[in-house]
Amino acid sequence: MAIHAVKGNWWNEPLHRMEVIWISIAFVWGLVMFSAMIYWHIEGKQNLSNEAYRIDPEVFAAHTEAMVEKYTIGEEGDTGVPIVQPPPGSDVYLIARLWEWWPVLQFEKDQSYRLHLSSMDWQHGFSLQPTNINIQVHPDYELVLTLTPNEAGEFFVVCNEFCGVGHHTMVGKIRVIDKQ
Amino acid sequence: MSVGALEGALARPEEKYRICGDTGLRVYAKAETLIKVNAVAAVVFLAVGGLFGLLVALTRWPAVHILPAEWFYTALTAHGAAVLLFWIIFFEMAILYFASAILLNCRLAAPKFAWLGFILMIVGSLMATVAVLQGESSVMFTSYVPMKAAPHFYLGIILFAVGALLGCMVFFGTLVIAKEEKTYEGSVPLVTFGAITAAIIAVFTIASGAIILVPTFLWSIGYISHIDTVMYKLVWWAMGHSSQQINVSAHVAVWYAIAALVLGAKPLSEKVSRTAFLLYILFLQLASAHHLLAEPGISSEWKVFNTSYAIYLAVLGSMIHGMSLPGAIEAAQRRRGFNKGVFGWLRQAPWGNPAFSGMFMSLVMFGFLGGISGVVLGTEQINLLMHNTLYVPGHFHATVVAGTTLAFMAVTYLVVPLIFRRELILPAVARWQPYIFGIGVAGISLFMMGAGTLGVSRRHWDITFSDSVFTFDYPGTAFLMMGLNGISAVLAAVGGLMYVVVVVGSILFGKVRDEAAIKANPIVAPGNAVSTYGGEGTLKLPGTIVLVTVFFLAFVLYYFINWKFLSEVWPLS
Repeated sequence: MAIHAVKGNWWNEPLHRMEVIWISIAFVWGLVMFSAMIYWHIEGKQNLSNEAYRIDPEVFAAHTEAMVEKYTIGEEGDTGVPIVQPPPGSDVYLIARLWEWWPVLQFEKDQSYRLHLSSMDWQHGFSLQPTNINIQVHPDYELVLTLTPNEAGEFFVVCNEFCGVGHHTMVGKIRVIDKQ
Repeated sequence: MSVGALEGALARPEEKYRICGDTGLRVYAKAETLIKVNAVAAVVFLAVGGLFGLLVALTRWPAVHILPAEWFYTALTAHGAAVLLFWIIFFEMAILYFASAILLNCRLAAPKFAWLGFILMIVGSLMATVAVLQGESSVMFTSYVPMKAAPHFYLGIILFAVGALLGCMVFFGTLVIAKEEKTYEGSVPLVTFGAITAAIIAVFTIASGAIILVPTFLWSIGYISHIDTVMYKLVWWAMGHSSQQINVSAHVAVWYAIAALVLGAKPLSEKVSRTAFLLYILFLQLASAHHLLAEPGISSEWKVFNTSYAIYLAVLGSMIHGMSLPGAIEAAQRRRGFNKGVFGWLRQAPWGNPAFSGMFMSLVMFGFLGGISGVVLGTEQINLLMHNTLYVPGHFHATVVAGTTLAFMAVTYLVVPLIFRRELILPAVARWQPYIFGIGVAGISLFMMGAGTLGVSRRHWDITFSDSVFTFDYPGTAFLMMGLNGISAVLAAVGGLMYVVVVVGSILFGKVRDEAAIKANPIVAPGNAVSTYGGEGTLKLPGTIVLVTVFFLAFVLYYFINWKFLSEVWPLS
């Protein structure tokens, strides 16, 4: 019994056939799942970028402001957040800070953008809804990923890493328009 | 000092013990008292932490939304610390002392150190709880830097961990004494082997905790200027996730213990079950990676290797237990004559015994809800769909609450009569308790996973975004899920309350379990003394084959469905 000490040579006891089959199936299934992740890096279209840099928050803010200055096309919301429409293929910056995503981005459908993400203060969570992509955003780290919106409409960036008492008010916006 | 001299110095043959009327095991008074105090502390924290959990769930129910934002984040931090750390680890200390001193017929090594450990754990847990309730440390259980808590929050957790480490050392010392004094013959029982697994992982866990929390404490009082945020998560989760692996090892050991005590079940194969535990020791620690899949600055190669525990070798361990436990139960039941059809043995199981029903539900829910969702969530790319959504707490409520907590509740129904030597009061309440709690927790897990699949954020006070510049509407189904989650939480809270009432009531007011009571109401399955170990080569176990086949099909199906979901989101690279 499992609560009693075991005498004799239990290591050499024969295995139940069911055990051998089940262990084999489980082991092979592990190999399948392991290979699936590698396969997706080769054939899949949704992989998180490995491109990241250490960065000073002030430098990241300067990059963002330069982009905003160049490509602003309007303002959005009560607080007048700039709407920025950078050209397809360009470097796009999105600041996470207590408690906003800045600025509002406008993308063209089926175009790729190099999106840079970093935080000015604490950690934040980039949760793009309703398409549902979730990425952690750190201060002092700049993640660069290539994003290709494949549907037009209004999308929202909800912060999904707890960042203090205003956390639940931290919502940003990404607008995707049809090709002009 | 030679081993002989050390042994001489430690030997105290006059130490008081009794012979258990139920099991025939030798129970030393000092070990028994330590089991009791740790179990009581655990139940107190379960009650407190459970209450905070209920408040959290009611706040996240949009129609109820009971707490203001600041209190919500405080309650959520308190909930995590009280149940995930304090309830579970206090209970695990009791399990370690039980699996060493009691099961090996041995006195406890250095009981004074065990008491010192207990006192440190009490001081630490109270200090951290006070820090949270003062409101300056609402940093969540994970306390990600650079968000800063009060220094005594970190210090409390450090003291608690040091106390737990002392408990592990007492456990290892007891194993040494038992071997030296030959209090058992052959190899340690499987349950003790599982406890050894838990304790080894605990040492790794606590070491990781020290490596990250000591500098974080120094940072909080100004002696260190900067802590790298990614490094913090890597090391913190070497503690945070590994501590969940302590739970897995401990509750699997508890499953085996309950099956053995209630049904006289023996493992199909000692070799297979012990190898499965060994896989935990070797591979579970890699799981820190589960929390780093959506982070910058870590390569995909590292993520793929670590998140899969090499090649899912720890998952292999759990799948082995998932077969050998029902297998052991089926074999035991068939030996007892319940041979009708494929599932006669299951239908005829003691469903009215809360120790058995709690254990079996824990086994099923841990596998189907917690296990499958954990592997899916921990798949590098699929994690992008779920990172920091409610899917995450949905998953770990299935593992830690439906799995660990329910298993610990179930074994309490054996601990009260065997260790506290009291009959259960309100047996009808005890009989229903695992079902009420189990159904509630299954609901919590499923509905949070459902809401998470729809993108709903975890740790979020207001999913209507009423105070935001931009407001976004989650789908209506998500709101339905949050309501159902709230209702399930109420059900689980009722089940939790029933547990606390029965356990505390029985300890305080239960009838003393004397010779007559042992005869009238035997706890331990009759006829178990003849069974020792061995493969069940001659016995057919069709019920278990059906169960694991259904499990496997559900696993494969759900796994590939999530790849399909992933293929539909915006391409990113």
